[in-house]
Amino acid sequence: MSKTILTVDDSKTMRDMLKLALNGAGHRVIQADDGMAGVEALAGAPRLDVIITDINMPRLDGFGFIDQVRKDPRHRATPILVLTTESDAAKKQRAREAGATGWIVKPFDPARLIAAVNRVSS
Amino acid sequence: MTDPMEAIKQTYFQECEELLLAMEEGLLALENGEADSEVINAVFRAVHSIKGSGGAFGFEDLVQFAHGFETVLDHLRSGKLDAGGEVVKVLLRAGDMLADHVAAARKGTHLDKETGRDISEALAALSGTDADDSGEAPADFEGLDFAPMVIAVEEAPASAGWRIHFAPHATLYANANEPALLLRELARLGSVKVTADLARLPPLETLEPATGYFAWDIALTGDAPRDAVAEVFEFVLGHCDLTIEMADAPTAEIIPLPVLAPLPDAPVAEKKESAPAADAPKQSIRVDLDKVDRLVNLVGELVITQAMLSQRVAECKIPRASSVGNGLAELEHLLRELQESVMAIRTQPVKSVFQRMPRLVRELAAQTGKQVHLVVEGETTEVDKTVIERLGEPLTHMIRNAVDHGLETPQERLAAGKPEEGTVTLSAEHRGGRIVIEVSDDGRGIDRARVKEKAVERGLISPGTALSDEETDNLIFMPGFSTAKEVSNISGRGVGMDVVRRNIIDLGGRIVIGSTPRQGSRFSLTLPLTLAVLDGMVVAIGAQTFVLPLTHIVESLKPKPSDIHAFGRGRNLLNVRGAYVPLVDTAAILQAGDTSQADQGVVILVESQGTGRLALTVDAILGQRQVVIKGFEDNYRHIEGIAAATILGDGRVALILDVDGIVTRCRAQLGDFNELRPTGS
Amino acid sequence: MTEHTSTKEVGGRRQFITFRSGEQEFGADIMAIREIRGWTETTPLPHAPDYVRGVINLRGVVLPVVDLKARLGLGRTETNPKDVIVVVQSETRTIGLLVDAVSDILTITGGDIQPTPELAREADTAFVEGIAVLSERMVTILSLHRLIASLVGTQEAQAA
Repeated sequence: MSKTILTVDDSKTMRDMLKLALNGAGHRVIQADDGMAGVEALAGAPRLDVIITDINMPRLDGFGFIDQVRKDPRHRATPILVLTTESDAAKKQRAREAGATGWIVKPFDPARLIAAVNRVSS
Repeated sequence: MTDPMEAIKQTYFQECEELLLAMEEGLLALENGEADSEVINAVFRAVHSIKGSGGAFGFEDLVQFAHGFETVLDHLRSGKLDAGGEVVKVLLRAGDMLADHVAAARKGTHLDKETGRDISEALAALSGTDADDSGEAPADFEGLDFAPMVIAVEEAPASAGWRIHFAPHATLYANANEPALLLRELARLGSVKVTADLARLPPLETLEPATGYFAWDIALTGDAPRDAVAEVFEFVLGHCDLTIEMADAPTAEIIPLPVLAPLPDAPVAEKKESAPAADAPKQSIRVDLDKVDRLVNLVGELVITQAMLSQRVAECKIPRASSVGNGLAELEHLLRELQESVMAIRTQPVKSVFQRMPRLVRELAAQTGKQVHLVVEGETTEVDKTVIERLGEPLTHMIRNAVDHGLETPQERLAAGKPEEGTVTLSAEHRGGRIVIEVSDDGRGIDRARVKEKAVERGLISPGTALSDEETDNLIFMPGFSTAKEVSNISGRGVGMDVVRRNIIDLGGRIVIGSTPRQGSRFSLTLPLTLAVLDGMVVAIGAQTFVLPLTHIVESLKPKPSDIHAFGRGRNLLNVRGAYVPLVDTAAILQAGDTSQADQGVVILVESQGTGRLALTVDAILGQRQVVIKGFEDNYRHIEGIAAATILGDGRVALILDVDGIVTRCRAQLGDFNELRPTGS
Repeated sequence: MTEHTSTKEVGGRRQFITFRSGEQEFGADIMAIREIRGWTETTPLPHAPDYVRGVINLRGVVLPVVDLKARLGLGRTETNPKDVIVVVQSETRTIGLLVDAVSDILTITGGDIQPTPELAREADTAFVEGIAVLSERMVTILSLHRLIASLVGTQEAQAA
């Protein structure tokens, strides 16, 4: 049941919170601090079960990152959850167009985060 | 710190500091007309991140304010709004306000509801929303394709269960959604009976593997509410045909499947064409300061051990030219490099302090009605973190002083033939192993007649005292010169320039004033680059060894008996080329054993900025060396006349003298040289 | 952090290191003891009370050394090389206690510690938590917390 999850967020606070919740559910977490770092992490990553990414990031934003993931044959079928805030409805839509599987609304509670992860990965 | 959320909260505040700096930097760039999209994006990201994580800790005021701020930035980013002068002014004030919200959250308090209401309103006006409901952002709901779900919540709770028809489109698979997982999630809500509907499966030869042909009919029994069922399909709405109907309901309730509207280009983040690699920031890691300090301490130990080793080797009469001697010399050289490198880890650009000043100047300008332009130079100059941390307060006072007392009102300036807008310059540079920070203004300069008058009023000098311009200027550093009564509400808060000077001296620094009437004033601070080491003169006093900081030493003398003049009961003055300086029996004031005779030992002339000179008797000068400063006040308490301790080559502790403290105290006791009391008690 | 967080209590039993200073035997909670080292010459501190013997270098930390006997008003310890410095910690503060010799480790049940007798002089009892009487031995249990805290306040120093 333990999953390997890549989290991509430029905020250390958010990365720490994700890690805390995901580790708490027994998952392994790989962290990247922006889209570019995320792309680099993809190259070196083992099989990823889920990717969780922020949208607003320096260097390469979430849309660009999702684009890269979907172009990568190894990760084309990896579920991607996007971190959004309640008001970012347009962004959810846009993220989905870019290839995101689902989204997590910030601030999230750990139970909902785990539920979202379970909904996209076995 | 056992609660992980508490630790994350600390991370959050630390991150906020960095984000607020990045925001301020961006906003200042905007103010200077450098409104490129990268700058606006950076500001947006900073505010967005502060808001995003803030919600997790329940900082609602902060989140709500950040939200309104973010909305305006989003309009700016999308081009709906131009970064004109007025807009930037609102943004700058909103930035200050956001910093206040963060500070309040950090302290666990809230800002007064009325505080910053005008800013919230100004932001709302810019974004075209109503300040009161800025928690929502209706403008962003364009293109929303799953609004119907919200309505579904109002349905009566189901009792018997649901009949669900689910037919994925090809796009569902393209986004890595997996129907089997959704079915599994449904199964958590109750017991399910799934029937595959293969009606859409084409003949094998025309089958496209990436296309969805399967459909499912699911009978879910149990008391799961409708929105729980809908939530399972939240991510795939629009990528499937979905009907959810009550098991017993005669008619199907159909969730309308919205057509994907073409998205407006505007409010969505522009995807960068390519990631800018050219000006990629330097790689850095975040390290716990304790770890760095531990490293600094260890290297300090290493230096001491090496010195001890060298001393032992010398005692064994092993020549320096031997292989052992060469090895030791090499070791010493490497250690010094190691020490410098380790110290460099702790250095930071002064930017983090300097960046707080534009806000201060804006506030001061608003309060005084003066027009002020702040010029900042050399903000990348690096200095030890401990120095940076303690620089904020003195700098704040100096800037306040410059705007409040230095600069004239616009009318006065025009009358004096100056531009209406005054300039305050804040600069930093490295000079001779120290950092020099200057605050200068082009105001009226120090009014020396007025300063003298005030010093007399306060009883600091007697009416007839003849003072040079420099001495007059220095009066403003005297304790008691500025009092709460006369100080305006800006420079006030009960502290004067004497406190500034004290702070700087505590940091091992000096402060110098230069002033030209009608042209302005300049305050120069000279500070050490680090507080961890100092260059000292090792001296023997009585039976003990002490260290005198080199920065305070003017010269060392071997006085002739004829240079020493008895003055009062058992007190002496030393004639140093015609100037009479109080001569202090150092061994006595340090209780360091037998009193040395001034005419037999050595006299070290020391100087304390602002308070004057003193001649200290010592028995012998043992050498000069760089020493690692060791505090002992954590385990003991402050000792008068002692600044800190260090560990010498033989492993023993030596005390570092607090020259400023000694000079101030001795001179105060001497008064106008007319009453000489014992200095030891 | 309160005074007793460092106390190791196993079913009401506490362990103490005991040491001799002058004619008396003292005990200090074992959890507060950092190390025990031989006597080294101290660097005297100006304006220090007589019971502060100065500071020593303990692996890079400048550590004040308190003469326990003098602190309790029992006269100054005449140091000799056999003397011992017991390094003790309370909260974040660490000091050295100069004593004649370390005796042993005692396990005492909480109930065996009696309050200080009323007739003892105040100076003697300010830093005493209680008295443990064991067959033929009387051990004065020190309150290291109060002893260390007294070093930091300035008022006390001036008075002494």
